[in-house]
Amino acid sequence: MAQLKILVVDDEPGIRSGVSRILGNFHVTYPFMDEDYTFNILEAATGEEGIEIIDRVMPDILLLDNKLPGIQGVEVLEYVRKKNYDIVVAMITSYASIDVAVKAHNDGAIDFIPKPFTPQELKASIEQITKQQYLRRITHKLKVEGRKVRFQFLSVLSHELKAPLNAIEGYLRMMQERQMGDSLDEYASAIERSLQRIESMRNLIMDLLDFTKVNFERQMEKMQNVNLKELVSMAVVTVSPYAIHKDIRFETSVNGCETIWADPNDFEIILNNLVSNAVKYNKPGGTVTVSVDCNENEFTIRVADTGIGMNSEERDMLFEEFSRIRNDKTRNISGSGLGLSIVKKVVDLYHGVINVESSPDRGSAFSVIIPMSQVSNLKTGI
Amino acid sequence: MSKIYTVLLADDDPDYLFQVAFYLRKAGFEVMAVESQAEAEQVIARMKPDIAIFDLMMESDDSGFILCYKIKRKYPEVPVVLATAVSRETGITFGLSGGQDREWIRADLYLEKGVRPEQLELELRKLLKI
Repeated sequence: MAQLKILVVDDEPGIRSGVSRILGNFHVTYPFMDEDYTFNILEAATGEEGIEIIDRVMPDILLLDNKLPGIQGVEVLEYVRKKNYDIVVAMITSYASIDVAVKAHNDGAIDFIPKPFTPQELKASIEQITKQQYLRRITHKLKVEGRKVRFQFLSVLSHELKAPLNAIEGYLRMMQERQMGDSLDEYASAIERSLQRIESMRNLIMDLLDFTKVNFERQMEKMQNVNLKELVSMAVVTVSPYAIHKDIRFETSVNGCETIWADPNDFEIILNNLVSNAVKYNKPGGTVTVSVDCNENEFTIRVADTGIGMNSEERDMLFEEFSRIRNDKTRNISGSGLGLSIVKKVVDLYHGVINVESSPDRGSAFSVIIPMSQVSNLKTGI
Repeated sequence: MSKIYTVLLADDDPDYLFQVAFYLRKAGFEVMAVESQAEAEQVIARMKPDIAIFDLMMESDDSGFILCYKIKRKYPEVPVVLATAVSRETGITFGLSGGQDREWIRADLYLEKGVRPEQLELELRKLLKI
């Protein structure tokens, strides 16, 4: 049960006690709220007294009479706005003079409660105001959390970029100080590890470049006919040095259509990431199957491997930025942890979905399914 | 050094682990080097090291804190060093001078990663009172 503080500023004692009585046992529920809201009523007879209470206890809602003995209601309202207080203000007014109403509205009063009011009218207004206040605070909170996510992204990124530098620096110092003796042979593994860290850092930087290329919006001027056979064979060629090293065999097929209408860059990112993962997480001598299919409704890219696979918990974190599955089987595989989160973002651009089937030690299959309408050229009907 | 002191060293960066272990062995310590919080917990369950050095972020963001807590519960007298690069990267600082920090970070020393090997050795000797 949460409580909101309501301050009533009115020179008529009857109004103040009426508000206290009506709202004293009133509560507001809202499907999105975690809990009901109740109200704690504070009273002030003048604007000056009101301002003093506002500064001291910071109410959530202000019910403000305009016609007051000293300073007027609109002046209290101005004060609240100037101080940037997070208070919702409603004017209680017996005669709505247009210029007062306009001024109050411009200063951010969100509601007018006519005087005299019935308990139902007051409750209806308060309910409305409470919901608005709730939504405003939630929106604010989400914005703050958005900033937090970006901050996390940057700090993890800098960690991922610095860790390999530190490792390489450490090995170089060992060599500089001849910590392992004078023979270069003693340093073979330090050199090998340094080269591996450089390689993984290069991959991370390439992925980051992809990340900046995906503008998170589709650029219509880049749309063109993309030849699917070429796209698939490019992805296979790109990863082939590694595949040959691991003795991986490819099976590819393109069915149902020869081209799609899309930004080729987007689909290179999708295919390159999926195919290189399928090699990376495969077993030596394994197979990678790439199939591209069009039918009336859907365009599907499916990339399957015969590799180490993963369990359902590991699968759940696949698409998070920088999430890498860490276990004995992946220990010696380098990756940025960005690839699949980029793929997911690109697939989202085309209103598609990405599905994963996987079983540990048997392999994984990633399917990207995009509505045909998103990759068809409506003008030419391709 | 007449007695051989055992260091439990946990860090998920295999190169950092190798380098620190290398220097500590050179300085005469016996080093149990592990790459994860889970492995470190297994070691703690099995034996009592003379001192421990934990990386902060391993399987989870707070692996180092959890290890501090667990080792102190089992062996309150074993000094613990938390080594992390966190403050250099995020600007978040949390030394162990404030009483409040000391209460929830159950480490005896908080060290920036990238500290020179001689400095690390010096700090360990101070904590071990040797």
